[in-house]
Amino acid sequence: MSSNYISGAEIVIRCLHEEKVKFVFGYPGGAVLNIYDAVFQQNKFKHILVRHEQAAVHAADAYARSTGKVGVALVTSGPGATNAVTGIATAYMDSIPIVIISGQVPTYAIGQDAFQECDTVGITRPCVKHNFLVKDIKDIASTIKKAFYVASSGRPGPVLVDIPKDITAEKYEFNYPKSVHLRSYNPIIKGHSGQIKKALSLLLSAKRPMIYSGGGVVLGNASSQLTKFVRTIGSPITSTLMGLGGFPASDKQFLGMLGMHGTYEANMAMQECDVLLAVGARFDDRVIGNPEHFLSKPKTIVHIDIDPSSISKRVKINIPIVGDVISVLNDLNDLLSKEKIKQNISLKNWFKEIEQWRSMNCLSFKNDKQLIKPQFVIQTLHKVTKGDAFVTSDVGQHQMWAAQYYPFDKPRRWINSGGLGTMGVGLPYAMGTQLAHPDAKVACVTGEASIQMCIQELSTCKQFHLPIKIINLNNRYMGMVRQWQEFFYGNRYAESYMEALPDFVKLAESYGHVGMKIEKPSDVEPALKEAFSNKLKERLVFMDFITDQKENVFPMIPNGKGLSEMIIAEDL
Amino acid sequence: MRHIISLLMENESGALSRVSGLFSARGYNIESLTVAPTEDPTLSRMTIVTSGSDEIIEQIIKQLNKLIDVVKVLDLNDGRFIERELMIVKVKANAQYRDEMKRMCDIFRGRIIDVSDSSFTIEITGSSSKLDAYIESIDKAAILETVRTGASGIGRGDRILKV
Ligand SMILES: Cc1ncc(C[n+]2csc(CCOP(=O)(O)OP(=O)(O)O)c2C)c(N)n1
Ligand SMILES: [Mg+2]
Repeated sequence: MSSNYISGAEIVIRCLHEEKVKFVFGYPGGAVLNIYDAVFQQNKFKHILVRHEQAAVHAADAYARSTGKVGVALVTSGPGATNAVTGIATAYMDSIPIVIISGQVPTYAIGQDAFQECDTVGITRPCVKHNFLVKDIKDIASTIKKAFYVASSGRPGPVLVDIPKDITAEKYEFNYPKSVHLRSYNPIIKGHSGQIKKALSLLLSAKRPMIYSGGGVVLGNASSQLTKFVRTIGSPITSTLMGLGGFPASDKQFLGMLGMHGTYEANMAMQECDVLLAVGARFDDRVIGNPEHFLSKPKTIVHIDIDPSSISKRVKINIPIVGDVISVLNDLNDLLSKEKIKQNISLKNWFKEIEQWRSMNCLSFKNDKQLIKPQFVIQTLHKVTKGDAFVTSDVGQHQMWAAQYYPFDKPRRWINSGGLGTMGVGLPYAMGTQLAHPDAKVACVTGEASIQMCIQELSTCKQFHLPIKIINLNNRYMGMVRQWQEFFYGNRYAESYMEALPDFVKLAESYGHVGMKIEKPSDVEPALKEAFSNKLKERLVFMDFITDQKENVFPMIPNGKGLSEMIIAEDL
Repeated sequence: MRHIISLLMENESGALSRVSGLFSARGYNIESLTVAPTEDPTLSRMTIVTSGSDEIIEQIIKQLNKLIDVVKVLDLNDGRFIERELMIVKVKANAQYRDEMKRMCDIFRGRIIDVSDSSFTIEITGSSSKLDAYIESIDKAAILETVRTGASGIGRGDRILKV
């Protein structure tokens, strides 16, 4: 055996070094002991020991969301892998590039119901972009190379590599492929030039043009290209929950988020436009509601997306453009620079109409002297952090309030689970984000129900000194569930009241963090200022805001209804 | 409408379950699915018979193309094609049925491939609808057992599915 033979475990580590991985989020176990032994003997990446494998995947996912680089998680076989599934499915639904390495029982034991054996590749198949079971040490390096390539190219997504224990102990020479070619996988980058020309002339001649931008713009790093394009053509623009920050929220042309809890002006403009340009968005049910209702007002739709299967899935598209959003937007901007843009009179009229919708002020709310309004907490958070924080959220009312009341001017600042809607992501998302951006302000907006789904990670935060600021909007209810029960189930609050809540201040303190309980509106700003002050710069602060229990999220499009059928706060 | 979709995919373990999993996860119909390696052992060829509206078929093709292991997809219904399926039927061939079974076999251009005192085993190929027609035409009470391969399809003339 030649001297440059190394173990399969060391090969795994060397591959991660080749990929310039900075952090591996993981949890050890029998099947990955060899790999962990190799982790121990290197210092090129830092291993972040989480307290539950779900959090490892969420944290890797947030690392990817906040940086654009591939996140990496390492888990053991059986329960390690099954615990990771929620994290993988969450990343899959939002097209996040991560690589998950899972240990597997030895090749000779596969299929024998061995201790901690499960069919990881089978279990994860429906929620990964792709997965591999490596059966031969010779294939470890090339498989990991493929995994990183597939995860990060085209429409990104999670890729899992399952590695049996025996091959991590065997020895083989390390040879990392320089490039990968898969004959079966060739994402289309460049958009069709004819279609692009058609799209541009349609938009320029539209009377009521509208841009609808989605998570694809953020994932595709196309924010500045989109911003340039939209500012040049002067049309209004809205964004999905996943696309927030893709276009600066403070810009006059921005109408706010659309969809189930979108603004009145965004939803109305979406419904009433004559030419719609969708960029990296997928017309899902939470965004356009009922597709028939959406199309009842005729419009010509242009759709730019890297994934052909996203086009004409729920809504028939007139001008499909398959390609990377950044490349297509660059082409559009090039064409536009040769075009003479005339002052468009009809655009003025269109904005007049939009201003009327806007003047409805659909996000206004009444502050209270006694009760803390959750919206007010988010507004104050925005003020105190000067709009420059990374904000992660869990799932529920607090998530929608964060999206509505914390305007994002930059991409990759808003980190949340849009597609799967996974409660419990908030804290691990904040961990992955804080590690990626050690000097940034990271706020985790959560609810008393969601935070308890990954609360054990307070321990991880202690170990790695992560100075996250947790904003717990504590309404003693699974608020979003309660809201639906109030509206659609005759106020029967079945199992949505949160009994037996812990004392969050003591809980935070027992993990070695700072806890605060805020019960009066007048204490909101001082508390946030203190939490973000230099004094607590190095500390995790858990802020338990006792908020108005019965506050609801408005506007709201009831399930299955159309975009213009919103319930507005005063309607009730 | 009924569509026959042909595809070439990497001949790797798990490839079949990616396709069948896709159909069940997205609620698409599968009438039949056949798969075998091609003359190039790194590739498998699959024929899927499905049905759905034009929109659904379009999504099926796109979703199949999205699978990382799938190299090429062809909707045979987009052009002219030939479809064949093999069926093996064991029928009663006692005194009551023997002549009739021989005659029906000849009409459908089948072949008797095994004979016993009381039964014939018959091989018939053709489009799936021809095989259905055969089953319709003989006395149900005479059928002992049937096995069908599911349809395979290939484009006519210059229509070639190759890497
Ligand atoms: C893992 C998981 N289980 C259940 C749900 C359904 N669900 C959506 S929101 C919600 C309530 C969240 O309550 P809380 O975290 O207190 O937030 P609030 O709505 O009160 O702001 C539930 C149970 C979910 N999204 N995720
Ligand atoms: Mg709550």
